[in-house]
Amino acid sequence: MPGPMTLFDLGQRAMSAQLVRMNAAASNLANAGSVAGSEEQAYRPLRPVFAEHLDTATGMSTVRVDGVYRADVAPVRRHEPGHPLADENGDVWASPVDENAEMVEMLEASRQYQNMVEALSTAKQLMLDTMRMK
Amino acid sequence: MSNGLFGIHGAALEIRAQRMGMLGSNIANAGTPGYKARDIDFAAALDAKLGGAPDGAAIDRATRYRVPVMPSLDGNTVEMATEQTAFAENAVAYTATLSFLSGRVEKLTRAIKGE
Repeated sequence: MPGPMTLFDLGQRAMSAQLVRMNAAASNLANAGSVAGSEEQAYRPLRPVFAEHLDTATGMSTVRVDGVYRADVAPVRRHEPGHPLADENGDVWASPVDENAEMVEMLEASRQYQNMVEALSTAKQLMLDTMRMK
Repeated sequence: MSNGLFGIHGAALEIRAQRMGMLGSNIANAGTPGYKARDIDFAAALDAKLGGAPDGAAIDRATRYRVPVMPSLDGNTVEMATEQTAFAENAVAYTATLSFLSGRVEKLTRAIKGE
């Protein structure tokens, strides 16, 4: 990033981090009911992990997406002999997605996104007022 | 020089702008595990600045960690209500300082023009 961090850089990064979080929750929800033929192939929920990114020149800290990891939860084994994906024991493996938790995650991400937008628009207005001062 | 022309308001506006950045950082990091929210003690920063401390030192000396009302499990100490209130308060104070400044500028302009 050229030059010192501005409030806009900060807001932009924070918003894109929240967007990553929202996309991960959406992917998890989309795969909520999916089943697989083995434990390894079953879908495991995605979890983005955020980290602080401090800009020493300005003292402001923004957000960095440290990585998107697979949650370490065991898929749910279901006995369904009639299923086309069932293994020799007649079992299928369903993705362990907690829909309620994902909805809460999505809500929280969108709230924090909104907060950042609100703060940015206030800051922008103040900057404009400062510029127009005469 | 700006201190002579704008008095306390120039210094105050700079601190308000810095504080806006810091509160913005807190809002941005609302979801970061382990992040500790910070805030500037405005009165202390202004005192230090008027006492002749350099820009960065005055802010650094007046920066405090926020004490959370209810600590969360992931070590994050950002509380949205607190941050939003502080941000709004800071924005209002910024506007107030700005209008003091523009009043000063207007007065000077009038004096220069001799109206």
